[in-house]
Amino acid sequence: MLTLTHFLILSFLLFSIGVAGVLLRRNIIIILMSLELIFNSANIALAAFSYFLKGLNGMVFVVFNITVAAAEVAIGLAILVAVYRNRKTVNVDELGDMKG
Amino acid sequence: MPSALNALNLNFSTIWPEIILTAVAIIILVLDFFVKKENKSILGYLSVLGLLAVIPVAAMTVDPAPSFGGMVRADGFSAFFNVIFLISAVFTVLISMDYMEKMNIQRGEYYYLTLFATLGMMVMASANDFVNLYVGLETMAISFYVLVAIRVDNRKSVEGALKYFVLGALSSGILLYGIAFAYGFSGTTSLTGIASIGSRLSSQSPFLLLALALIIVGFGFKIAAFPFHSWSPDAYEGAPVPVAGFLSVGSKAAAFAVFVRVFVAAFPAFHGHWVDLLWILSAATMVYGSVVAISQKNIVRMLAYSSIAHAGVMLMGLLVYNDIGSAGILYYLLVYTFMNLGAFAVITMFIRKDGRGSDLSDYRGLAAARPLWAFFLALFLLSLAGIPPTGGFTAKFFILAAAINARYYWLAAIGVLSTVIALFFYAKVIFYMYMNERADAEDLPVMGATYSVVLILTAIGTVITGVYPAPFMDIALKVIKPFFM
Repeated sequence: MLTLTHFLILSFLLFSIGVAGVLLRRNIIIILMSLELIFNSANIALAAFSYFLKGLNGMVFVVFNITVAAAEVAIGLAILVAVYRNRKTVNVDELGDMKG
Repeated sequence: MPSALNALNLNFSTIWPEIILTAVAIIILVLDFFVKKENKSILGYLSVLGLLAVIPVAAMTVDPAPSFGGMVRADGFSAFFNVIFLISAVFTVLISMDYMEKMNIQRGEYYYLTLFATLGMMVMASANDFVNLYVGLETMAISFYVLVAIRVDNRKSVEGALKYFVLGALSSGILLYGIAFAYGFSGTTSLTGIASIGSRLSSQSPFLLLALALIIVGFGFKIAAFPFHSWSPDAYEGAPVPVAGFLSVGSKAAAFAVFVRVFVAAFPAFHGHWVDLLWILSAATMVYGSVVAISQKNIVRMLAYSSIAHAGVMLMGLLVYNDIGSAGILYYLLVYTFMNLGAFAVITMFIRKDGRGSDLSDYRGLAAARPLWAFFLALFLLSLAGIPPTGGFTAKFFILAAAINARYYWLAAIGVLSTVIALFFYAKVIFYMYMNERADAEDLPVMGATYSVVLILTAIGTVITGVYPAPFMDIALKVIKPFFM
């Protein structure tokens, strides 16, 4: 029997992996994938709460989030392409023109 | 069935400003296809006209009853913020047109993305539900990601945009996770719903504490508070200068609008839990912003750190948690719009395509070559530093007075100390302009008509709020009062 706790543990694991990925990985594409994990961990938490609380708000919120995340990742990939054209690299460590 | 519809209160008059602004933005989007590359500034003038037309509508849209099933609350608070957003957007577009021509970025999307960013801010200010708030926040943030990256062939611009995007999306994700737990705790995403449930339930729920911490981190990123500030100097430096000004004023004001509304309207029952966290954030932000700004060589980066320090002062107004402190934030943001966009207008005018004008040393002897520019920049910098006859002083005064009244003596002392430190780097620019000889007096740009309009209006705003603050503070107090009843 799946309980709310199971879903929350799953979402927390995804969230932690996502945050760790954004902060630790150096490849921008992996960072974008980690960002998606964070958004989806929040979506899982919202959907699970919505199911167990017998309310619809959370489900509606998930639909909005999916739309927003799609727009967000499109912009992220566009910026990634612009970075690659300028720098010929997708490694964040090599992007250090501005410091201080 | 009609009664269920009536309960939703689908009152379109509460979202007229947003509807008109969307229409203007879409008209400009379509016109962009028909306007030749050399004439893109026509779109800028049209945007200014559209924004000016929305200002009176936004100022008059005051209806405290929640509409659209409690999603929207177009009260005096949101009207006040909407006017701030629209004014800052007008100034931004006015100084952008010459800049875009100068930098050879003839792109129409610049103007309608500015309008969509403004639209996102307005949705945030009147949001009474986390769904609405989040969608508004993302509308603003996604528009800003593109605006920062609009010089796609510039190394700094894309680097700043990437840093802004990654950290902005991370903060949105953290905020969203916090919202999910706030929903799990209360079973509703409505801010007023959370407040009414929160006052009945035990405030020790682990869900709620997690939600509060995550939401503070998410908003902390958006206002560029200390440990979450690292994106802002890079994004400001990489962005077109007017966009950097708009980011520091508009996006900060919008983030503070939701910060105040969420923490005062939705979590008042848990004031004891979030006040200590904000105390540390506020003190660290003020000190860090002021200290690091001293060593900056680039004037936009310097203003980015100064803007971090200002966010710390405004946080003080939030954690005081009374009507004077919160009204102080509103007043501070109004003054900040004038003085900061004024300073950015002078920099936009002065900066050249090859990047000259972005270093502090380029401002040496400006007073001899262009006395009027130096005068305006000195006025805005003195106001940012908080020197008496200007709005920056009264704004700081109201917030510090509120903090002292509420017995936050140490925090107020740190605030005064950081202001003193900040005076050093503002005065350095003024010293450069008035006390040094100019190396290259040639090829200084001339002051265009749009710059004159912006500089005169921002200077008037800065001085009037300084010498006669009462009416503005009264409005701020009046719109914040219902939150504390």
